[in-house]
Amino acid sequence: MDFSVVVEYFPRLLEGTWVSIQLVLLSIVLGGLFALPIALARISPVLWIRSLPFAYIFFFRGTPLLVQIFLVYYGASQFDVVRESVLWPILREPFWCAIIAFTLNTSAYTAEIFRGAIQAIPPGEVEACKVVGMSKTQMYRRVLLPRAFGIVLPAYGNEIILMLKGSALASTITILDLTGMARTIIARTYTPIEIFLAAGAIYLLISMVIIAIFRQVEKHQNRYLGSVSIKVPDKG
Amino acid sequence: MKLKTIIMGSALFVGAALTGASAHAADKIRFATEGAWAPFNYIDSTGTPQGFDVDIAHALCAQMKADCEIVTQDWDGLIPGLKVRKFDAIIASMSITPEREKVVDFTNKYYSGGLRFLGRTGETVDLKNLDGKTIGAQRATLGAQYLEDNYSGKAKLKFYDNQDNVYLDLVSGRLDVVLSDELPTYNWLKTSGNGDKFEFKGDAFMKNDNIGIAVRKGDKLKDKLNEALKAILANGTYQKINAKYFPFSIY
Repeated sequence: MDFSVVVEYFPRLLEGTWVSIQLVLLSIVLGGLFALPIALARISPVLWIRSLPFAYIFFFRGTPLLVQIFLVYYGASQFDVVRESVLWPILREPFWCAIIAFTLNTSAYTAEIFRGAIQAIPPGEVEACKVVGMSKTQMYRRVLLPRAFGIVLPAYGNEIILMLKGSALASTITILDLTGMARTIIARTYTPIEIFLAAGAIYLLISMVIIAIFRQVEKHQNRYLGSVSIKVPDKG
Repeated sequence: MKLKTIIMGSALFVGAALTGASAHAADKIRFATEGAWAPFNYIDSTGTPQGFDVDIAHALCAQMKADCEIVTQDWDGLIPGLKVRKFDAIIASMSITPEREKVVDFTNKYYSGGLRFLGRTGETVDLKNLDGKTIGAQRATLGAQYLEDNYSGKAKLKFYDNQDNVYLDLVSGRLDVVLSDELPTYNWLKTSGNGDKFEFKGDAFMKNDNIGIAVRKGDKLKDKLNEALKAILANGTYQKINAKYFPFSIY
């Protein structure tokens, strides 16, 4: 093995890393914004309000992310209507197609995580809110959502890491993210092991940063629980 | 007792499977092709690899009296797959280039091609100045490398996993120009139903692009293949296969 290629092409790998980070950040932020209303609608007692988010979550969790990317990128562009629409300047760019597919996908997963968290709040706390006379909005704003936020953190951190790894699929629609860049370098150097090892190490590093950030936020958010329940081992 | 029987049974089964597999690997020459480069290699409706490359592989095997198997593998995984012995030879319209010769050995050429630009019919394209245009090619091909070497930083370059996706994006309008091998594009223009909307731009270049079969470095298989290749060129088998796909000689 010859790791001099890694040194030689490291700046280009970093370029790709930056694209990957942009993809993950943008889709996580947009996905998170969409996820909350979807989750709230999903737990509505009214059938017609909860059926649409149910179908949405069902579709995006039940089909492969790669298929969703291809549907947005190659599928939509087959129709003249799409190509002549005002949306074409956005849809012709692979970057935005990836953002659209990732956002739709991660918002479905995140909505389901939010739903689980809200429903995991002990019923006693909901009753307590009602007893002190809070309105539904007050109850959500003051108690349920902050509580759900604390519960959601471990699973949500997981979803972001999954998104980071899923972002590698962007390379299939000509985006030069970390994986796409690695494959383009390999196409020239024929050193798959060295370059993929380097790319893997970079992904690992980003994951470590995400894990560290979430551990801090978790500690902060759940500090009222006392020291017993936040004794999480540093490694593992 | 029963558990013992099961364990013994499965151990026997695994053992048999392993020896079976290794015996398999010893006799058979495994050729890998891409399956997305019509008419040289493509997958037909029954899922079997077909095309010029595949026919040549079969002809060579018949000549060598060897047992052969054709497997398919995505383009940019072909050379890595050969290196780790997933197969023994690559017959996938691969150009013989100095970069590739550093990692694999090539047989003599079995045909030669050239690169040629493709664009929309009626649109004038100044091939000397493609600044700001979006040009597509398949990743890890001669065309992609040529674009990187000559247009990097000037035109917008997009690289695809296979040639079919390049055509898709040309038709959708995401690409202005495509750089590809002349012969498969000739076939696409004739067969895809888009022949009237697109046309070649400029002449073919890099016409000394020789296509060979890749084998692992130092593999004796190379000499056997060269011998068989010489034989089928001499006895007319090659010419028959050529005529099946192109009305002119591509050797």
